[in-house]
Amino acid sequence: MSSDAIDMTEPDGRRHPPGDLAIWVFILAELAAFALLFILYGVVRAKHVELFNEMQLTLDRNAGALNTVLLITASWCVARAVAAIRKGADGASARWMACGILAGVGFLVVKGFEYSDKFDAGIGLDTNLFYMFYIALTFFHFMHVVLGLLILGFLLLKTLRGGYSADDHLGMETGASYWHMVDLVWIVLFPLVYVMR
Amino acid sequence: MKSPISGLDVVWLLLLAGTAYTWWLGESGHAGTGTMMAILAIAGVKGALVIRDFMALRGVKLLWQAAVFGWLILVLAVNMAAYWNGN
Repeated sequence: MSSDAIDMTEPDGRRHPPGDLAIWVFILAELAAFALLFILYGVVRAKHVELFNEMQLTLDRNAGALNTVLLITASWCVARAVAAIRKGADGASARWMACGILAGVGFLVVKGFEYSDKFDAGIGLDTNLFYMFYIALTFFHFMHVVLGLLILGFLLLKTLRGGYSADDHLGMETGASYWHMVDLVWIVLFPLVYVMR
Repeated sequence: MKSPISGLDVVWLLLLAGTAYTWWLGESGHAGTGTMMAILAIAGVKGALVIRDFMALRGVKLLWQAAVFGWLILVLAVNMAAYWNGN
């Protein structure tokens, strides 16, 4: 399925990850921060199962699922944008990137409505342990989506200006890798916080 | 002639199917150890697909694959253990 990958094969037959190596160090640091939060969530939940199960019912699972669909779709579009630029199709790459950005913005809109509902109901970080984790985890992730969208916007502008080609698209791979990390984190966050009980 | 369907499209459809099943498990009120394991297994498969095909880590140096796949396994395994411990 990764037949579109550019050839960066090392003598041992294996490649470096796509994009700049520095972004992968950053990605690992981000993943470590989220791992800490996820592990804390699981450990604290185990001590307060009834509270977490009761509070989970007050979340909008449909909004969470819709946001999962939006992020997965955004990630797919960005992967398609990278595959297109590898073939030198910068027009198609820009269209895929724009669709990815739209889906990502859709995520922020849905999450905004969710936050608005909760804040209107007087829910905040100090409501209880569940909501402290819910807000901390989802808002930390929300900020990553915002940063990811800024990066995708930059990639789109550069693509429209002809800044990437089949031979030169390391920057797009770098930004795309960051975006997929944001998607990966949500794929764990949604079942953990919204569904598992 | 090359198929217009990319491998990335198949991955996207699989991710959507996994999300729909997870949503359904939640909506239908399923709970308990079996459901928890199914939910975490689906998250594991979805995460692995994103890492392998969207992040394109398939075929890269093993250390990078181990770091990212290891992250996924660690997070899901700890939550599974915590669930068993708490429920």
